Amino acid sequence: MADMLKRTSPPVASRPWLAPLPAATRYSLRGGAEARAAVAAAFGVEPPTQACRAASRGARSALWLGPDEHLLIAPESDGATLATALPAALAGVPHSLVDVSHRQVAFEVRGPHAEWLLAHGCPLDLDVAAFPVGMCTRTVFVKAEVLLWRTADDRFRIETWRSFTDYVITLLAETALELPA
Amino acid sequence: MTEFRTERGGRVDRSRVLRFTFDGRAYTGFAGDTLASALLANGVQLLGRSFKYHRPRGLLAAGSEEPNALVTVIRDAARRTPNVRATTVELYDGLVAESQNRWPSLSFDLGAINNLLSPVLPAGFYNKTFMWPRSAWFALYEPRIRAAAGLGVAPTLPDPDRYAQRYAHCEVLVVGAGPAGLAAATAAAATGARVILCDEQAELGGALLAEPDTEIDGRPAGDWLAATVAALRANPRVTLLARTTAFGYFPHNNVGLVERLTDHLESPPAALPRERLWQVRAREVVLATGAIERPLPFPGNDRPGVMLAGAARTYLHRFGVRVGRRAVVVAGCDAAFQAAVELSRAGVAIAVIADVRAPGQVAGPGEQAARAAGLAVETNATVLGTRGRLRVSQVLLGRVGPDGAVTPGASHACDVVLMSGGYTPSVHLHSQSRGKLAYDDALGAFVPAAPAERTRSAGMARGVAGLAAGLDDGAAAGAAAAGAHAATHRHSSRGLDGGLAGRPGAPPQPAALVPPAKAFVDFQNDVTTRDLALARREGFESIEHIKRYTTTGMATDQGKTSGLNALAIVASESERRVPEVGLTTFRMPFTPVTFGSLAGVARGDAFDPVRRTPSHAWAAARGAVFEDVGLWKRARYFPVNGEDMHAAVNRECLAVRRGVGMFDASTLGKIEVVGKDAATFLNRLYINNWSNLGVQRSRYGILLRDDGFVYDDGVIARLAEDRFHVTTTTGGAARVFAMMEDFLQTEWTDLSVWITSTTEQWAVVAVQGPRARDVLARLVTDVDLSAAALPHMAVARGRIAGVPMLLFRVSFSGELGFEVNVPADYGAEVWAAIHEAGREFGITPYGTEAMHVLRAEKGYIIVGQDTDGTMTPDDAAVAWAIGKQKPDFVGKRSLERPTMKHPQRKQLVGLETLDPRIVLEEGAQIVATRDQRPPMKMIGHVTSSYHSAVLGRSIALGVVAGGRARSGETLYVPMPGGDIPVKVVSPVFYDREGARLNG
Amino acid sequence: MLIIDCPYCGPRPELEFAHGGQAHIARPADPSQTTDDEWTEYLYLRVNTKGVYAERWRHARGCGRFFNALRDTTTDQFLATYRSGEKPPVGSAARSAP
Repeated sequence: MADMLKRTSPPVASRPWLAPLPAATRYSLRGGAEARAAVAAAFGVEPPTQACRAASRGARSALWLGPDEHLLIAPESDGATLATALPAALAGVPHSLVDVSHRQVAFEVRGPHAEWLLAHGCPLDLDVAAFPVGMCTRTVFVKAEVLLWRTADDRFRIETWRSFTDYVITLLAETALELPA
Repeated sequence: MTEFRTERGGRVDRSRVLRFTFDGRAYTGFAGDTLASALLANGVQLLGRSFKYHRPRGLLAAGSEEPNALVTVIRDAARRTPNVRATTVELYDGLVAESQNRWPSLSFDLGAINNLLSPVLPAGFYNKTFMWPRSAWFALYEPRIRAAAGLGVAPTLPDPDRYAQRYAHCEVLVVGAGPAGLAAATAAAATGARVILCDEQAELGGALLAEPDTEIDGRPAGDWLAATVAALRANPRVTLLARTTAFGYFPHNNVGLVERLTDHLESPPAALPRERLWQVRAREVVLATGAIERPLPFPGNDRPGVMLAGAARTYLHRFGVRVGRRAVVVAGCDAAFQAAVELSRAGVAIAVIADVRAPGQVAGPGEQAARAAGLAVETNATVLGTRGRLRVSQVLLGRVGPDGAVTPGASHACDVVLMSGGYTPSVHLHSQSRGKLAYDDALGAFVPAAPAERTRSAGMARGVAGLAAGLDDGAAAGAAAAGAHAATHRHSSRGLDGGLAGRPGAPPQPAALVPPAKAFVDFQNDVTTRDLALARREGFESIEHIKRYTTTGMATDQGKTSGLNALAIVASESERRVPEVGLTTFRMPFTPVTFGSLAGVARGDAFDPVRRTPSHAWAAARGAVFEDVGLWKRARYFPVNGEDMHAAVNRECLAVRRGVGMFDASTLGKIEVVGKDAATFLNRLYINNWSNLGVQRSRYGILLRDDGFVYDDGVIARLAEDRFHVTTTTGGAARVFAMMEDFLQTEWTDLSVWITSTTEQWAVVAVQGPRARDVLARLVTDVDLSAAALPHMAVARGRIAGVPMLLFRVSFSGELGFEVNVPADYGAEVWAAIHEAGREFGITPYGTEAMHVLRAEKGYIIVGQDTDGTMTPDDAAVAWAIGKQKPDFVGKRSLERPTMKHPQRKQLVGLETLDPRIVLEEGAQIVATRDQRPPMKMIGHVTSSYHSAVLGRSIALGVVAGGRARSGETLYVPMPGGDIPVKVVSPVFYDREGARLNG
Repeated sequence: MLIIDCPYCGPRPELEFAHGGQAHIARPADPSQTTDDEWTEYLYLRVNTKGVYAERWRHARGCGRFFNALRDTTTDQFLATYRSGEKPPVGSAARSAP
């Protein structure tokens, strides 16, 4: 029976401007420089100290969300390894490490209209000069909180708490009605 | 096509004939027409009835400042837009419009009796006459007055259109695409800045759209306009927004625009929203909003056919429409002369130009041209009255003698009267931004002074008159806004350029201001010169009070055409200068904004995010009825075989009491508190003692605010020495999280603790009832579920159906209970697996309603239902949870205040109706003795009330002053059907010993 | 909608922030040693400044941090924002509670 149970997350349909992203292993890391240093070694990515920036190496990324808060994202298959390696590296260091893999759903808004679509609900200046590639931040999309991360000129990775995914996608889709078919 | 349409010229497309109806009558117009210009071209001047007196009204203006011609545009039953100005409605084929505020018809309106009564309907009439008796105001007078004085009727069907919103950012926002605005945008764009240029009209160009004979920089103005717009359009850094009104100026250069996308289309594409609300954040703003022509307040100045001279020019030059056959021109400024010359040239007979300016005016280019053309000019003139039932037919002029005495003069037959009292700069947005205004004596108007935001005005919006000067002013403003030096290019212009030329206006002579007959100042709200004079005589000094008393400037047009005239009259009446009278506040919106555009996507299912738990689809497929709890949809009950709620809840409750039920508790807030000082932190925050809570144990926690009142509650589990899993109420999750961050960041920075929200990391299935253990035993193999190994409030980690699980032995039902936490992606499958495993035990899914009954049977409170933000732990009967030895916790000090310990505080009690069949109303008041006369002395109220299936009777919780000491007393709940006697009992109705819990 | 300069993230729209009331009101170190009047003052009494006002904000939908700001309540213009625990910038006319 154990292997029979499926993971189900709120659905994200694939569209020209929207792509679902795979389930991931996510940890919320809170703590200071010591904790960041410990994680850098075990995780392979140094958590950025520059505000609102993401750092990546291979398929692993560390996102600055606050001065003492980072989000670590890794492939789902790294989950078991990290569940051991991270606490081990952080032992004795003041920190909080919490598994939030299932808390969030990730998807990508992409293409030439990505900025335009997001500007319907996000009050930030998304011009690439103001929101460059590699910038990430929590912000709002209409009435939902989202994590917005620009991964390329025309690509944004968005993570929402799972129960907000449907709302954000629905409003993006309504906006996308105006896009040329 | 009609005698009023010129043979050529204008910006209408004469090859595209559009059909439309007004009040059921069919007409045609051209593409490029507005409803107003098309009606004028058909000789229709009567467009509406006035708000208060039901006087016949025609067009006053040609733009968005129009106060009279409010119509309803109808696409279908749901798409009827009332109160739109005919001057801003773009014609499309098949357009249907109706006039408003008339019955039975526009030309014969019974409401016009108000006009005959007008001598007894002065300013403040309603307030003075209908005050007593007070109740009659609401029941009788107000509804009737509202029915008689009115605007259009809103549609009763839901709006089927979509409305979009977007945020935009730019270095320079230019409002107004007239010559100054275009020059500003061009100069700003030349620096490479991001520029947004918006204009309320369908076409960019502003005043240039009605200046065919003017030249700019040596070429026709039309060519200059086309080339300038094309260059801006080709620039990817420039956003051009036509049909877009900047309606509000909000702090920090946040400007609200509303873009109308489909109202002008014959068949709007389904993909397009009707309107889009833009929230523009601009580093700098250039306001090139132009100026609005002022009417002249003379008797009978509201008759259809009396209009602004500049509007007549616009109808002629832009739309190819002659506004009449024979005009009397009333000139309060030079622009009126120019209109007379041009209309005369276009074939409109000019009966006379009555110059009502104060003596000694220097002749401007318009006046010179009029005299050169041989038009008759009467100086020192005034207007004594007009005649004509539904359209002006005659003007009676007067002559002002050197002593100011007025003698009657000649009458002139006409079908149109053109007036111009000068131009008022549109300072609305500047003023909305809290910028100062200064009175310009030469202009006779207020102009922008010191700004409060990073904003500047340009062109006529700041009183810079003349086309070349306006272009230069705009270019300089645009360049400066973009941080560049002012453009060195100087524009040149040639030709009479109407309101743009020379001196834009001079105040009309005061003698003409307060004549005996009805001279309208505020056309839309029917405010006359006499009303303003009366207000002054009755002692109103402040312009703000006069505004409210007379309602001048308070209509949907916000006094665009009337504001300055009203000030001038008040000033003259009180022998003050206009700036001494002061100004009323310019409020947003500049022109009315639809509710749809403000609501945007926040309507229907998308009004708020709808949060669904992992088991939602399962519950929905089984016909569960949901209720909203905060943003969450929670299953309220699961009816089977057509049960109503009562039957379903009874069945669900009995299933939990006698067998086993399952309940989705995923919505509870969850916060992981981690760090070596985690227990210390919780000790300081919650009322309970956490130091002595063992690992893998949990405890019911209560959180107060520092005011001592219950704020939240929930079970808190200790997962490790330095790790707690805190649960909160569903609605309290975010505020408890914020409160924890507040204390950690700002008060207890010494603590090594961090918090993380895990609300959505976990799906939670509560399995409750005597058979709960049997069900879980089918799926859990690595945790000893026995009472000895996993007693009440114990916590274990393990696997359920192979999925990692955090298992709580907790109960909110009073029965043997577990709460299974699994990572949320497994929530749906684990829920189904538990249901499947429970089949043989008759497992029953239950909803929030049964959960509420079950917990009430046990006297467990729900924070926010049984507490209301004024209850202490003792009031709520949970004082037992207080850690007595703790030196402090949030709220502890407040509990020491004498009032917080008063024995007569309202305390939580159980209430049993003497008649067990009666279920009390939640919120009902409680009194001590029966048959009291109002006002009764209320000593408490019912907070929770249900039928209890297991007890076979109703139960209730309530708060009663000194309630615990009243145990056994009979109190009363007064209801419309009589007082309901209730007995005060313990709040625990079922299993007082708690034996079942520990099963 | 105001633009608020988060000391950590930079200028951001007000939508992302939650107002946190008057700044520089410290919770008494030992509440049990306060008189009823002192406790009442801490709990309830706030200034209602017309002019420069020191207030708390939290970048709730951003970095999550609480910080302080000096805002002129008559113009809505911010004079400064600074981190929790820091003193208001020198020269400011902010009134703070005792």
